[in-house]
Amino acid sequence: MLFKATPLIFTGLSVAFAFRAGMFNIGAEGQMNIGAFAAAWAGFTFTALPWVIHIPISICFAFAGGALWALIAGYLKARVGSHEVINTIMLNFIALALVSYLVNSVYNVPATVRTPEISPSAHIPRFDSITGFFSGSPFNMVFIIGICVCLLTGYIIRNTPLGYEIRTSGFNRDAAEYAGMNIKKLTVLSMTVAGGFAGLSGLNFVNGYKHYFELGFSEGTGYMGIAVALIARNNPIAIIPVAVFFGILEYGGLTVNTLVPKEIITIIQALTILSAITITELFRRRVSLE
Amino acid sequence: MNEILTLAFVVQVSRMTIPYLLPSLGAVFSEKGGVINIALEGIMLSGAFAAVAVIHYTSNLFLGIIAAAFSGLLISAVHSFITIIARANQIVSGIALNILALGITKYLCKVIFGSSSNSERIPGTEVLNLGFDVFIPFSVIILFLAWIIIYKTKFGLRLRACGENPEAADSLGVNVFRIRFSGILISGLLASLGGAYLALEQHSFTDGMTAGRGYIALAAMITGKWNPLGAATACMFFGLMESFSLQFSGSEIPNQFIQMIPYVITIIVLAGFIGKARPPKADGIAFEKN
Repeated sequence: MLFKATPLIFTGLSVAFAFRAGMFNIGAEGQMNIGAFAAAWAGFTFTALPWVIHIPISICFAFAGGALWALIAGYLKARVGSHEVINTIMLNFIALALVSYLVNSVYNVPATVRTPEISPSAHIPRFDSITGFFSGSPFNMVFIIGICVCLLTGYIIRNTPLGYEIRTSGFNRDAAEYAGMNIKKLTVLSMTVAGGFAGLSGLNFVNGYKHYFELGFSEGTGYMGIAVALIARNNPIAIIPVAVFFGILEYGGLTVNTLVPKEIITIIQALTILSAITITELFRRRVSLE
Repeated sequence: MNEILTLAFVVQVSRMTIPYLLPSLGAVFSEKGGVINIALEGIMLSGAFAAVAVIHYTSNLFLGIIAAAFSGLLISAVHSFITIIARANQIVSGIALNILALGITKYLCKVIFGSSSNSERIPGTEVLNLGFDVFIPFSVIILFLAWIIIYKTKFGLRLRACGENPEAADSLGVNVFRIRFSGILISGLLASLGGAYLALEQHSFTDGMTAGRGYIALAAMITGKWNPLGAATACMFFGLMESFSLQFSGSEIPNQFIQMIPYVITIIVLAGFIGKARPPKADGIAFEKN
């Protein structure tokens, strides 16, 4: 269940971070696919590296893949003002088609929809192999990376000048611009970093679990990240418990499959999102009326 | 090349176009009134499922289509409640409804047909054929009706007013809530018919069979600059692309690149490289009556 929570931490953080800067990133699904593919590519292309170099390189590739994909939307928003919501949705589909092409036609393992296995030096260790706890679970160290990234992002947003600029541009673009902040630069930067976070979520599957990239691995985690960010009210620290909660829901779907079908879990998740947005909105209005 | 331009090919393109055209026209109604309806994808899926399930039990084509329409109206009514009454985020609501529709159709498919991935071939699930596919003239009629309603009737004028400047419309005594509600319901109705058509064409229901068509319909509406005739042109172009991708599958152009075309074009159009695409001014913004 913590294994299921790990990618949600990253996609949730991705959506929340973009939201803090006043943008809506629906593109986490595509960004995580590109990031995961990039990590897998780095994993099976470089083979003669020690793990202390190979793992950081894989992490950088995952981040860069997602970041580059989001950069397109960020740049278009800053340069011609086209709306990031539609652009990121379109980029999701383009990303899925692109990785499908790469996996089926360029780096294919016959009779599968996956890439070759990454070299052992790029494996991110599982918890049970280090501590003995969580034995049999694919729960791995990417979770720790996720927590660190959340804490760091929380710190940057709250306590640094850059974080202040990001928050200001999110609250009121015009005011931020009037105060002399470079809105275009902030837009591109925030969107790119948000994409990078989503890209990192691919590490959990590629480097921590199966050790290859497989089509369809993301299973809507990018979209679920929107729900996580929403319920965590875009607070980077609150993302962690919310992601764990969603992880429990999904894990429940896997274990009690005979009692509660997996489809019911999907339905519950959707209803959670719907009631969360409806109730918070109605509640907020009630408070402001009084 | 001559072989391609036969009547059969024209009919094939039309049949490919209909599942884009109906929801796309629906999207025009919803967005002209100022509400973004990303739930089109889920509405199509539920329409497809409702049609197949009801025909399975009753062997009656018309009851199946009515059931599809009803399911579309139901989901769009929920979307209306969340976005108009609760004034929650329209994008999040749409995405959650898509997840919900995916879960519910999968679950019911398992309950009714014993498999969550697809139903068997349902006898009687056929497009009504009077020597020609009746959905083709039907869609053309709907297209011109949509244009007339939006640009030549009182309702259309009010709908557009609610999308451009709801405060002004309200001050002139237009009931913004009711007009927007109707716009969303029309979009749900048309999208579910598009989904039903898809199911009738394939004589069965497959999990996730809409495969992003709801999003492509949305993309076509943007490419067509929020105009029914423009949207229809874009849908036809996308239908043509899909026919080509079937015709030339296995040739030197990888299929995935042809699949990307609608999405890439949308991004280019939105960026303003092909004329100016301007959404209704109050599109996506909830209306608050003072």
